[in-house]
Amino acid sequence: MAIRTEPFYLNIGPQHPSTHGVFRLRVTLDGEVVVGLEPIIGYLHRGIEKLAETRTYTQNIPFTDRLDYLSSMTNNLAYCMAVEKVGAIKVPERAEYLRIIFSEIMRISSHMMAVGFFLNDLGAMMTPVLYMWREREKIMDMFEMVCGQRLLYNYMRIGGVSQDLPEAFMPAVKKFLAEMPRYIDEYDQLLAQNEILLARSKGVGILPRDTAIAIGASGPVLRASGVKWDIRKMDPYSLYDRFDFEVPIGDSGDCYDRYWVRMLEIRQSVRILEQAVAQIPEKGPIRADVPQFFRPPRGEAYGYIEAPKGNIGFYIVSDGSIAPYRVHIYPPTLINITALQDMVIGWKVADLIIIFGSIDVVLGEIDR
Amino acid sequence: MTVAINCEEIGKKLQEVFPGSVVSTGKADILVDANMLQQVAGFLKSTAGLDFDYLTFLTAVDYLEYMEIVYRLVSLNHNQSLILKTRCYSRENPVVPSVVSLWRAAYYQEREIFDLFGIKFDGHPDMRRLLLWEGFVGHPLRRDYL
Repeated sequence: MAIRTEPFYLNIGPQHPSTHGVFRLRVTLDGEVVVGLEPIIGYLHRGIEKLAETRTYTQNIPFTDRLDYLSSMTNNLAYCMAVEKVGAIKVPERAEYLRIIFSEIMRISSHMMAVGFFLNDLGAMMTPVLYMWREREKIMDMFEMVCGQRLLYNYMRIGGVSQDLPEAFMPAVKKFLAEMPRYIDEYDQLLAQNEILLARSKGVGILPRDTAIAIGASGPVLRASGVKWDIRKMDPYSLYDRFDFEVPIGDSGDCYDRYWVRMLEIRQSVRILEQAVAQIPEKGPIRADVPQFFRPPRGEAYGYIEAPKGNIGFYIVSDGSIAPYRVHIYPPTLINITALQDMVIGWKVADLIIIFGSIDVVLGEIDR
Repeated sequence: MTVAINCEEIGKKLQEVFPGSVVSTGKADILVDANMLQQVAGFLKSTAGLDFDYLTFLTAVDYLEYMEIVYRLVSLNHNQSLILKTRCYSRENPVVPSVVSLWRAAYYQEREIFDLFGIKFDGHPDMRRLLLWEGFVGHPLRRDYL
């Protein structure tokens, strides 16, 4: 008589270190092999879109910090850009440079967290994360210098930024930029050709080019699948058309490519920062003249930028009052996990963890 | 630069191919009849020269008299974008055709709209609440909630 088997259901999360937040994966297993997967989300849903309808435009900025809390600056920026589009506000040049400097520093920081925790999921417990955090700590210090916060900055304002740089900032950022390439070389030396990393991530969790486009993936996930699409290049916002940088892409769309694209993007961000620090005007206004109770004209606008995790966008509808009529947040990481099931089927549970880790999700943004 | 495609031209073209599909064309958006949405979306996706293969965001806005669903389509090859809108007037049983079969990007976003606005997407493979729990009553992002 043949032995009958039946599928085994495993709940990973909501409280589990490898889910990067409160996220639940309902996995169907055949032995150790994944045959089905359903992400269950909403544990961190705070109703930010609804809350935003009852607060003024400026009061909504701190909410955006709490979306993707590992890259608050870029969330601030996307929201402010959307409001500026509705209200047709022109941002002063120095403020634009400050915005670019901080979003690129944020990108470095966010990618370091992504790579560090990807390796953590892979089994390299804490060591790579601490290497990455060595540099991230300096980034946090720089943010603290300028806005007094280390995680939720609330720094951007409608029409500019909240305050100018302190004196100590420019020397600190120059020192950081001078040291950074050496540290990236060190990471590559330790990791890029590491045999365990290669064995665990090469060819694992492939997201084919066509699927990546069909699910609307963005950011490093899309580029690792070989699509050269970076909003900073394809639809330059702010002053990104003034900088010389490349858009790194992967070729196979596996976990290794997603890791490698992020490492290359850190180098490009350093390049952009070097140019921005050299070009920034010495003096000048840092904020356009925007009233405290700002009433944009009736209308709607979609402001979107290339955030570290993908294309974050805000769709704002204004009815002419002090509060937005509707704010929609377009969350890149929620869209990026659309094809998670396709990527993990046929792989083992241990691979599921690193495939999920390589997408780099933040639950504050998925649940909003 | 991602160029916003000329809506008047494309509106005329759509009206020729699918008579009665375009309700109105704005400066930057096209409003189409919900019954014709699937054909129009399929045309926009597969016609050479348009090739809108990438759906970025999909959301809804409640204007009380009607609810408007907004799609932003991007063509990666031609680097152009288009905002497509459709409306549903029923508040008790609003139904709009799903576009998941064309763009998988709509999968979670349509579920989210169903959850928060109560708009059903006809043809969606798994029309359940996304963020709120199953027993939740009401659709919080409607303007008359609370």
